[in-house]
Amino acid sequence: MKVTIDDIEVEVEAGTSILNAARKIGGEVVPPAMCYYSKLPGTGGKCRTCLVEVAAGSTADPRPMPKLVASCSTPVMDGMIIKNKTSQRVHEGRSAVVEFLLINHPLDCPVCDQAGECNLQDLGYEHGSVKTRYEEERRTFDPIDIGDKIKLHMNRCILCYRCVEVANQLTEKRVHGVMHRGEHAEISTYIEHAIDNEFSGNMIDVCPVGALTDRTFRFKSRVWFLKPMEAECDCTKCAGKVVLWMFGKEIYRVTGRKDQYGEIETIDDKTAWICNECRYDKKDLAKWKVIGPRVIDRHSVISQGKYETSINSPIKKIN
Amino acid sequence: MKNRKLLLENVHIPGIETYDVYRKNGGYRSVEKALKSLTPDEVVEEVKKSGLRGRGGAGFPTGMKWSFLAKPEGIPRYLVCNADESEPGTFKDRYLMEKIPHLLVEGMITASYALGANTSYIYIRGEFMYILHILEKAIAEAYDNGFLGKNILGKGYDLDLFVVPGGGAYICGEETALLESLEGKRGNPRIKPPFPAVKGLWGAPTVVNNVETIAAVVPIVNDGGEAYAAIGIGRSTGTKLISACGNLVKPGVYEIDLGLSVEEFIYGDDYCQGIKNNKKLKACVPGGSSVPILPHYLVTKTANGDDRLMSYESLAEGAFASGSMLGSGGFIVFDEDQCIVRNTWNFTRFYAHESCGQCSPCREGTGWMEKVLYRLETGNGNLRDIDLLAEINKKIEGNTICPLGDAAAWPVAAAIRHFRDEFEWHVSHKEEAIKRNYGLSKEPMLA
Repeated sequence: MKVTIDDIEVEVEAGTSILNAARKIGGEVVPPAMCYYSKLPGTGGKCRTCLVEVAAGSTADPRPMPKLVASCSTPVMDGMIIKNKTSQRVHEGRSAVVEFLLINHPLDCPVCDQAGECNLQDLGYEHGSVKTRYEEERRTFDPIDIGDKIKLHMNRCILCYRCVEVANQLTEKRVHGVMHRGEHAEISTYIEHAIDNEFSGNMIDVCPVGALTDRTFRFKSRVWFLKPMEAECDCTKCAGKVVLWMFGKEIYRVTGRKDQYGEIETIDDKTAWICNECRYDKKDLAKWKVIGPRVIDRHSVISQGKYETSINSPIKKIN
Repeated sequence: MKNRKLLLENVHIPGIETYDVYRKNGGYRSVEKALKSLTPDEVVEEVKKSGLRGRGGAGFPTGMKWSFLAKPEGIPRYLVCNADESEPGTFKDRYLMEKIPHLLVEGMITASYALGANTSYIYIRGEFMYILHILEKAIAEAYDNGFLGKNILGKGYDLDLFVVPGGGAYICGEETALLESLEGKRGNPRIKPPFPAVKGLWGAPTVVNNVETIAAVVPIVNDGGEAYAAIGIGRSTGTKLISACGNLVKPGVYEIDLGLSVEEFIYGDDYCQGIKNNKKLKACVPGGSSVPILPHYLVTKTANGDDRLMSYESLAEGAFASGSMLGSGGFIVFDEDQCIVRNTWNFTRFYAHESCGQCSPCREGTGWMEKVLYRLETGNGNLRDIDLLAEINKKIEGNTICPLGDAAAWPVAAAIRHFRDEFEWHVSHKEEAIKRNYGLSKEPMLA
C-alpha cells in the first residue's frame, strides 16, 4: 500500500498504522507518541499527541477525514494522504494536548530522575507554551508505596496505561491498575500492595514521564552526568542485554536498551525486556561484559560534551 | 396534529406490566409475524423502509446500522440494548421500561431474530436496579410462554435474553465502553476502528441499540415500515419520546410525531402547557444536556424565521451557530429566573465527574472547564476566563476517543455564544454573583 506523509511516499503492508508508516520514513515526519508502545500490543490511542490530519482517506474514497485522527491506532489505506508537520491543525491540536498534559503536571523536573530522558519534556520543548493559563491548584494524589524497587509519583503520571500493559503481558499477575475516573484516575495497587514480580522493573522503562522511577537510583545523579555503556551477561531469565549507566567505574543504574522512540529494542527478534535481577542486583562491573559506549542521539542532553559518535562506530547506529 | 401513540398507546392500562394483560392488548404480535411470515432479512428491510433513526442521541439510521453487521460463519452475533440512560434531562427509557417492560422484551426478540443473534443483552444503568427486577420478571414470563428459550414458536429459533446492570457510569452509555463493561472490564471506550459491527462484544459482531429504538421495531414490524415512515417529516420518521422537564406547567414523557412544532410542544394544551407561573421562556436545551442550548428567540423559530419543528433536521438548522440537536429527547426548559452560568457549570461538573480519564483532552479539559466555570459562577472570575473557556472547549472538541469530550464542549460553547452578556455580568457584578444564584435573569426579557 502506498501512503503519502508530508509529501513523502512510502510503501507499507496493509494493516500498518499511520504512525508506523511514518516511522518507516523516519525523521521529522514521525508524530510523537506518549502512550503507544510498539512492543506492547493494546497500547495507544489515549494520549492524543500523535494526532494527524488525513487529507485524503484512500484512492477509492479520497474524502478527507473530518477530525484529526490518532496516528498510532488508525490503519493506513491505499493512497491515503496524511499531513503531520505540514498541517496547521495538527500543530494546534498537538499544542492543545500538550497544554492539557501539563496543566496538572507538577513540573518538578529539577528533582525528577526522569529529567533528560523524559518524553514530556521533549514534547513540552517542542509544542508547549511559555506560560501556563491554568490558575487553579494543581491536582495532587496521596503518595502510595508500591515496593522497595519502584517509586511511584502519581502527580507526574499522564495515564498512558503502558505500565498496566507491561504487567498484563510480561508478568504473571497484575496487581496494579487504574482506579477511579476522570481527573481522579490514578495508577494504584488498590490496597497498598507491593509490586513484586521478576519483570515488573520494565514498568520503569516504559513510563514516558517520571511517574515510575528506579528506587535504587533515586536522587543518585542526573542522567546526563552518567556514561551509558552497552553490556551483556548470561542471564537465565532474560536476554541480559542492557545499558549500564556509569560514573567512573561505578554502575549507578541498569536499564533496557531503548531506541530512538524510547522503546526497548528488538534483539534477535525478541524485545529485550530485562529482569529485575539484572536491573537491581547486578551493580558490580565484574558481573557484566561491557561491549562499548551506547550511541545516543547527539541532540539529547545525555550526549552533551561526552564523546563524539564515530561514523565507523561498530555499534548499530541509532539515528 | 392528533396525538398518535405507537409505543405508549397501552401504557395507561392497569397491569400492562404483566404478560397476560400485555398479550391481551396485542402484545408479541410482532414476534409471531416476524417468525412465522418474514425472513430475518425481510425484517431488516422493513426497518430500513421505516427510516427509523437511532433514538439514543446520534440519530444514525437503524436499518443501515443493522445491515453493516458482519456475518462471518461460525461466529455468534450479539444484540445489546443500551439502557444506560444517564444524560441529565433524559428519562424516556426509564419510563418505557418501568411502565411497559414487555414492549422492550418483544422488541429485543424481534430485533435479535432479524440480526440472527441467539444471545442478547440489556445493559441497564446501575441506579435502575428496581427496573432490572421489573425486566427480569417480564423476561421470566416470556420464557414461560415460549417467546424466549429454545425453539421459539416452534420455528427453530433460539434466543436467550439477559439483563446486566452497570456500575452507574455515564460513560458506559458510549457503545464501546458499554461492551467493555459488559465483558466485566473497566468501562473505557475502545479505540475505533474496529467498530462493534465488526468486532464488538467478546470480539464478535455486535449491534448496540437504544431502548426506544428497539421498542420502535415492534410497531414497524406490526404495521409495516411504510406505515411508520408515513408519520413524521422528511428524514425524521415516526414518533419520538420526549422527556420534558424544567420550568414547565406539565413536564413529563410525551410521545410526539416528529415534525410537531416546538411552539406547540411547549405551549400546546396536549403537551407541556407553557411555562410555569406565567414566566417567560429564557432558553431551552432540546436534546439532553450535551446538545447546544438555544436562547428564547431561537427556540420556536430558526434563524431565518421558519417555524422550528421537533425533528432531527429542523432542530439542527443553522448548525451550531443558531441551531442545536434533537439528541436523546431530553427537553429542558429554563424560565427567566434561571442562571445560564450556573446551569453550564452544573452540566460541566457532570461531565468532569463522568469522564473516564482515558484520553488527555477530556480528562484534563473537563476538569479545567469545571474549575473556571465555578470561579465565574461564584464571582471570582475575570473577563479573560470567558475567552479561555471558549478556547478550552475548542481544544477538547474532536480530539478525544469518544463523543463524551464533544458532549462536554458543546454546551459550554453554545452558552458562551448566546449568553456572553450573562457571563460578563458575573465578572462585573462579583458581589451579587456570590449572593444570588441567578445572573442577568431579573433584567427585562424580550417577549
